[in-house]
Amino acid sequence: MKQSTEREQFTPTDETPIVLTEEARRFTQEVIRRSGERVDWCYQCGKCTAGCPVAFAMDIEPSRVMRLVQLGQEERVLKSRAIWLCVGCQTCTTRCPQEIDPAKIMDTLREMALEKGLVADREVATFFRSFLDNIRRHGRLFEPALVLQYNLRSGHLFQDADKGPLMLLKGKLPLIPSRNGAIVQRICEALEGRKK
Amino acid sequence: MARIGVFICHCGENIARTVDVAKVRDALAKHPGVVHSVDYRYMCSAPGQELIREAIKERGLTGVVVAACSPHMHEPTFRKACALAGLNPYLCEMANIREHCSWVHDDREKATEKAIELVRFLVEKVKRNRPLMPIRVPITKRALVIGGGIAGIQAALDIANGGYEVILVERQPSIGGHMAQLSETFPTLDCSQCILTPKMVEVRQHPNIRLLTYSEVEDVKGYVGNFEVTIRKKARYVNEEVCTGCGACIQRCPQKRIPSEFDRGLGRRTAIYIPFPQAVPNIPVIDREHCAYFRRGGCRLCEKECPRGAIDFNQQDQLITEKVGAIVLATGYDLIPSDLYSEYGGGRYKDVIDGLQFERLLSASGPTNGEVLRPSDGKEVKSVVFISCVGSRDRSKGIPYCSKICCMYVAKHAILFKHKVHDGQAFVFYMDVRAAGKGYEEFVRRAIEEEGVVYLRGRVSKIYQQDGKLIVRGVDTLSGVPVEIPADLVVLATAIKASDGVTELAQKLGVPVDAHGFLSEAHPKLRPVETQVAGVFLAGACQAPKDIPDTVAQASGAASKVLSMFAQEAIEREPTIAKVNEQTCVGCFECQRVCPYRAIERKEIRDRQGNLVKVVAYVNPGVCAGCGACTVACRNHSVDLEGFAEEQMFAELNAIVAA
Amino acid sequence: MTAYAYFPGCSAHGTAKEYDQSTRSVCAKLGIELQEIPDWVCCGASPAHAVNPLLSLALVAKNLDLSPSEQIVTGCAACFNRFKTAMDTLQHDRPLWEQVKQIVQPSKLNGREFRIAHLLEVLCDDFGIDNLKGQVTKPLKGLKVACYYGCLLVRPPKVMAFDDPDNPTKMDELMKAIGAEPVNWEFKTECCGAFHAVPHPEIVLRLTDRILQAAKDAGADVISVACPMCQINLDLRQIDLKKRGKTFDVPVLYFTQLLGLALGINENELGLDRLIVDPKPILKAKELV
Repeated sequence: MKQSTEREQFTPTDETPIVLTEEARRFTQEVIRRSGERVDWCYQCGKCTAGCPVAFAMDIEPSRVMRLVQLGQEERVLKSRAIWLCVGCQTCTTRCPQEIDPAKIMDTLREMALEKGLVADREVATFFRSFLDNIRRHGRLFEPALVLQYNLRSGHLFQDADKGPLMLLKGKLPLIPSRNGAIVQRICEALEGRKK
Repeated sequence: MARIGVFICHCGENIARTVDVAKVRDALAKHPGVVHSVDYRYMCSAPGQELIREAIKERGLTGVVVAACSPHMHEPTFRKACALAGLNPYLCEMANIREHCSWVHDDREKATEKAIELVRFLVEKVKRNRPLMPIRVPITKRALVIGGGIAGIQAALDIANGGYEVILVERQPSIGGHMAQLSETFPTLDCSQCILTPKMVEVRQHPNIRLLTYSEVEDVKGYVGNFEVTIRKKARYVNEEVCTGCGACIQRCPQKRIPSEFDRGLGRRTAIYIPFPQAVPNIPVIDREHCAYFRRGGCRLCEKECPRGAIDFNQQDQLITEKVGAIVLATGYDLIPSDLYSEYGGGRYKDVIDGLQFERLLSASGPTNGEVLRPSDGKEVKSVVFISCVGSRDRSKGIPYCSKICCMYVAKHAILFKHKVHDGQAFVFYMDVRAAGKGYEEFVRRAIEEEGVVYLRGRVSKIYQQDGKLIVRGVDTLSGVPVEIPADLVVLATAIKASDGVTELAQKLGVPVDAHGFLSEAHPKLRPVETQVAGVFLAGACQAPKDIPDTVAQASGAASKVLSMFAQEAIEREPTIAKVNEQTCVGCFECQRVCPYRAIERKEIRDRQGNLVKVVAYVNPGVCAGCGACTVACRNHSVDLEGFAEEQMFAELNAIVAA
Repeated sequence: MTAYAYFPGCSAHGTAKEYDQSTRSVCAKLGIELQEIPDWVCCGASPAHAVNPLLSLALVAKNLDLSPSEQIVTGCAACFNRFKTAMDTLQHDRPLWEQVKQIVQPSKLNGREFRIAHLLEVLCDDFGIDNLKGQVTKPLKGLKVACYYGCLLVRPPKVMAFDDPDNPTKMDELMKAIGAEPVNWEFKTECCGAFHAVPHPEIVLRLTDRILQAAKDAGADVISVACPMCQINLDLRQIDLKKRGKTFDVPVLYFTQLLGLALGINENELGLDRLIVDPKPILKAKELV
């Protein structure tokens, strides 16, 4: 806890009440359409939150993310860190009594956040980007390059530096990358072509 | 000469807004055979009916067509009006220009044309109607009640007190049902056995009630007022006439470790046993599957011990046939298996139990003498977690409905636990708290405000064992935090389902069951204690999850239906049933094959000397429901429906085609 | 015996080299033919489906197209999950399948019905546990194993159809068959934190701490895994946990390594020395090497 010698100025938070308009409904419908999941069936039982291994780290827990989607709160949801922390372990999907797949909805929300340039968790997004760039270049993940690129891009330059020599010694670090990046490259180009 | 009267209803705006009733009236006035054609705002009202009665008298009508709503709504109304005016009620029909016309179309011109056609063809039909008399069916004034729980007991007592004989059949060795397993009931916390056993004893002692326990209904034939039932009285291997219930045999029996069904596996019983001390009848039964004599021979110690020689290993099942006039189904409920959720242990953890098992732990006559102890090691329970909605409201398990009583019994369990373990901690995981009955909301508040039960809003994701405790991983959505509780005991409020074997029984009776196995009532709002089968009634949880006050009320409701049936001399049935032309019938019995009501019988036609001429089909007027399947199956048109004869049907079709 | 098309997964040449090595050794010993899919590409793992669902479907479809056989086997639970999920999605969504075909331009997919199996299924079900038992020459007597299945192998049960999602026993049965003692423990399918090993290692540390503790409390000598991600999180991260004063020293082996030992395969062919937490001490103590 930061101890301050000066009395901090109290600033009331600017949380406006949720205004439910037609616009709000549009976001909910879009999430339903793109994910193929009936988030409107969620009755907030919380079983997803109860079983989520990373809920403790989330700013908005999974069941509340679902609720905010139901209320059309695009900004709050897409700006949340929670959607980036989800690891896709499928515990929620397995246990949801309404047969909704919250993990799939998280995937969709991430996609939508990226489209809007909203990334609340720089580290995770950087990791994903580094991974996908890597397989685009090499076809198969070239692990050393992934770690180096991530460290550089994220600014955590010395993360896991202690592991490097050990991994090398154990022969766990490949030195030559694969050479069938072209296959993945073609796929990515085809996907980009579609977007246009 | 036909003189048909046509009466067109506006039904306020319901018909008149879409159908031009004046135009319909004028069109029908010109139709051959129609001598009177009027319209009125509300035909079903008193003045509306008066219009019909007056017209019948003044215009000498030979038939009446009321163009209005569905016959389901008001056919009896208008037929009664005609009868009062002296016209046979079956010469009155309704043309549905509401549900079949004004309510389903927008185009006024087309809807009006359609209405005119609808009325026209009904007129053509009515011209060919014959006057019919209701069929009177005699009634056997004895009732059969299937199920000896609180619902069956109440229904039996009410009918018996009304002065009629009742046969009460229960498949367990004792009556009492699940209510006998409870420790205390909500919201009064009355001792369940204390309020139940007086009724059980009343049943036993009632001169009008014949109690058949350890018995099951094997077959049902017949129809309302005239059922013939076959009941299998299973062999107890104990002579009921001689046994005094002294219990010496039970003391002696060497097989002492059989899991007790009454204690739901938490306690043990012997092979010869009485399910619980207050059982009615207080006569033991021998469990063939576990009795040493039946399995390998020898033993027979109970027989030697019995001072009255009441044990009879040669006893056989008895098949009893009885005639009854009405049947009340009161088969109750069961809980779904508590090992359904693999995330809750899938049955591996002894200390994860269901609500009825917890009742047995709480009960003073239970396996732990009323102390709340862990089934696994018998240790005291200091912290208990109750989980609501286990199975209920769960689409993924195929149980979308709410089991209604769990919110209340969970609160009750928590309160009773706190009464017994003063320093204990009780937690309830809930989704909603449904406490709509009288005194119910106050009862739940008592659990929270006075007893300090902690209510957490959310479901539980997983239960696992760690260091001798059960770790319950849930969530409190109101505060948004995942919650972990180390508990000594976890009680699952598992979903309610219909008793096992009910679907088969329902099939024997022809009573439909719903998608979840509960018996279907005739109408969900207005006929909750009747079924679609005339003479068969419902009471209690067999129809839907229900608490004790509603069950008792419904049981008395079913009994009142039986009593009002028995109060009549005979039952009047609609005469619009099938009739066989015995001259042309060749006896192929295709009709019998297709009849869903088993209403077709074989009838021998003999000459004056008694020689058999032929065997023809005969429709039992007490059973036939007038569905018409036989008329379709019959190859030479020997069966026809009264009131819906082929001639009438073709007249209707021709009227439409001609227009 | 049919030849299986083998999808090694990206870590097979790197951090999970010992898994690939022990897999090939075991299959060679048992006479199970593995044909590595020529030119196979990454399945996309978590990052692909997390931000670009079409990409994840396309990558799987491409691999199917490249596969020489309809019977595909992989040892990586994540790849297994991706293949199964993609196949399930595409089977039930014709328009989506058409879209993916447009992107991938497959040439050898028509009329082929694929089956993707995890190595555990191939060994326990196809080859058969009893047959495996018959091939054991050096039963791992006295070795207490905590079988860790992880998330993606068993969830969601409707798609993966791999054993009970809360208390699976396939690996445990395998361990029994090779003479080891699988322990009863409650964290078989608890998530290790997966890819957060890179962006948020704190999360992985917290989760693996609990898993390792549970294994230790259950009396396990070693943990057996069936996924490279699980292995690296449970094994490598013990270094970080040690730095925080939590010493576990519980070796985390691939089940193929344990199976290999029981089949009498030389330890050099099983990559035992590639593991971070050295299994040799405990294996030597139990006279298993």
